[in-house]
Amino acid sequence: MKALISSFLIVLLVLSTQSCGENDISEIDIPNDNFDRGALLTDIADNVIIPGYINYTTDLANLDLMANNFSTNPDAETLFQLKLEFKNAYLSWQSVSMFEIGKAEALALRNNTNIYPTNTSEIEENISTGEYNLALPSKIDEQGFPALDYLLYGVADTEEEIVKYHSENEKARNYLTDLTSRLVSLTNEVKEDWVGDYRAYFIENDGSSATSSLNKLVNDYIFYYEKFLRAGKIGIPAGVFSGNPLPNTAEGLYSEEYSKTLFLQGLNAASDFFVGASTNHDEIGESLKSYLDYLDPDGNALSEKIITQFEEIKAKANELDDNFVTQIASDNTKMLETYDELQKNVILLKVDMLQALNIKVDFVDADGD
Amino acid sequence: MQFHRLKYEFSETTSAAPLALFRILFGIMMFISIVRFWYYGWIEKFYIEPKFFFSYYGFDWLRPLGEWTYLLFIICGLSSILVAIGYKYRLSIVVFFLSFTYIELMDKTTYLNHYYFISILSFLMIFLPASVYYSMDARADKTKAYEYIPRWTIDCIKLLLGIVYFYAGLAKLQPDWMLRAMPLKIWLPSKYDIPLLGNLLHENWVHYAFSWGGAAYDLLIPFLLINKRTRGFAFVAVVIFHVLTRVLFPIGMFPYIMIVSALIFFDPSVHHKILGYISNILKIDKTNFDNRRALAYSNTSATKFRNSILIVFFVIQILLPFRFLAYPGNLFWTEQGFRFSWRVMLMEKAGYANFKIVDGVSGKRFYVNNSDFLTAQQQKMMSTQPDMIVEYAHFLGNKFALDGHQNIEIYVESYVALNGRPSRPYINPNIDLMKVSDGFENKEWILPY
Repeated sequence: MKALISSFLIVLLVLSTQSCGENDISEIDIPNDNFDRGALLTDIADNVIIPGYINYTTDLANLDLMANNFSTNPDAETLFQLKLEFKNAYLSWQSVSMFEIGKAEALALRNNTNIYPTNTSEIEENISTGEYNLALPSKIDEQGFPALDYLLYGVADTEEEIVKYHSENEKARNYLTDLTSRLVSLTNEVKEDWVGDYRAYFIENDGSSATSSLNKLVNDYIFYYEKFLRAGKIGIPAGVFSGNPLPNTAEGLYSEEYSKTLFLQGLNAASDFFVGASTNHDEIGESLKSYLDYLDPDGNALSEKIITQFEEIKAKANELDDNFVTQIASDNTKMLETYDELQKNVILLKVDMLQALNIKVDFVDADGD
Repeated sequence: MQFHRLKYEFSETTSAAPLALFRILFGIMMFISIVRFWYYGWIEKFYIEPKFFFSYYGFDWLRPLGEWTYLLFIICGLSSILVAIGYKYRLSIVVFFLSFTYIELMDKTTYLNHYYFISILSFLMIFLPASVYYSMDARADKTKAYEYIPRWTIDCIKLLLGIVYFYAGLAKLQPDWMLRAMPLKIWLPSKYDIPLLGNLLHENWVHYAFSWGGAAYDLLIPFLLINKRTRGFAFVAVVIFHVLTRVLFPIGMFPYIMIVSALIFFDPSVHHKILGYISNILKIDKTNFDNRRALAYSNTSATKFRNSILIVFFVIQILLPFRFLAYPGNLFWTEQGFRFSWRVMLMEKAGYANFKIVDGVSGKRFYVNNSDFLTAQQQKMMSTQPDMIVEYAHFLGNKFALDGHQNIEIYVESYVALNGRPSRPYINPNIDLMKVSDGFENKEWILPY
């Protein structure tokens, strides 16, 4: 009996030391079951995230080039070219905004790229003093696309006046190119990390812990959907959280024609990610959909419900005006209805999907809810 | 003859070693638990950072103490060491019980059956002679040192352990667990990266084997541990079962606590042997404690008082898990009578609760962003538990009233998915939560399951 006890205390000790790493990345080879999470992560990295960043950095390089063109030679033609590239890059951004993981998370890429409404008085202060450090956390609402939106569309009423404003204001032109070059350098860092070491790390981290790639990515995805797509682009301007509509919080406020386009781009990116459509739309890979279909224990067809709901949202959103400010003023009900459709997928993604995938919000002791 | 064998002899004495070793191991385990909790940064994260805390019914006066919460954990940790070494034991175990229970009552979000087990176990230990043998107290005062103690004092702990296991087993005898292998069917496949077992965990038969095996284990293990002939086998089962739960689930210190607790079922010779090892290592003269003296409780009013407390304690333990029978509806859905009943690992429940603040006169309305007030963990727990939903709604009502809002009505649009079924509406969305309160009466505003 004594020998038995001591031997089992030893077994216990051995097992407890090897199983202590709740937060460790699994270094053990993953056995092959029928669903290959490594393949899922590979498809997400190679078909979606990396091409997304390559497109986006290319568009940003063009944006930066045109910003410099405009800065050296500010006229109607260079402004027109700059605005085109602004739109292209802003749209490409919507496809990668949800992937706040790895280097993007470390650099707070989203906060430095697309915080709106932008702080116009601080921007003017920055321009007039010429002294600003855009890397400070307090400066996130003075840069990125919303600040560019203001500089290209909002500093004066007419296009002629905007050209005039910039041609007479070298400091403003410097601020403009500082904004684009900061976007370029931040994003290049993220892209280089993905095409470099991070891809392998991301794919190999295919365990089930709270810090595994899939766990983090799914949490990031839902966070993006809820906070940025649902609330940021629709809910907050429509006044869902304030009681009164707040049209000045719409995305693309100064360009006055892109808020719907930007929203649809983000929405399509979110639904493409779910079904596994590649960024360049030439391939369907492993995805949350295929994973859910594999796990579906009771034949709930959850993935079908989520896809159907994405279609409902798109149908509702297509009724909206290109400019959400106009839509809110004329008929805010349509905005609220779009929000309601978005909300239905929050429940399917956050409640049903997270349960099916058994993904937890946090690392904490539990004994089963 | 049969009747005679069932009679329990309260005056029978036995060696004090099992209870002394239990005290030592309990104290050490508690100390490790406190250190681990601190090391993970959970004191900050669970008790200092949140802006709002969920109270237990009647305990809303009991709150985290800001930075002083650390002092509470220090007191709890120190008292657990004092319990282990048996120094001023009665005072130490009282301080441990109070500080640990205070910690657990601070926020309902962190409720675990394991923590409740520690609270009631330490309460029980207040009344047991755990420091008359192999302790600082016994060494300091020979008149309080005894080699033998009444057998029932050890059997109290066995009884409590038996209740925990057996009721946990009873709770598993329901359709989701036995017939659908839920929630293990959800939990096990996501542990595909466990060495050796990972391959098997997506197999249907494994889910059922674990479900049925777990239920059988819980129901049988107390009896197998009591019976001398099956005890060795039972302890092996205890070790394997709990190590397995440790590997598969984020269950913290509990498996280790249960494994060392199960040692109490062994004969005193085993405990003497273990204490002998400890004595050798620490250079303690164990023979000092083997004084042939037997503790006998005199028939004083203090003894009677203690006995009645223990009787009431066990009656409550036996009856409390059945209180759910007083409520209509599905227990897992309504959670009325769910806590404090050893319903462990029984359900996977996920929810979403969206609160709508309405001005009852003007009809103006807006939605609340829960993350403005609650942590992710609090949101998760709140959204599936009706009492927490109401408490949070009242907090929101008071908060927005202070902000100058008037005629506040609060409605919740909530959805819950239970054990792999599709999500369904949870709380009646047409009920103004400001007009309901949490209590022991049936919560009719929970939508039927």
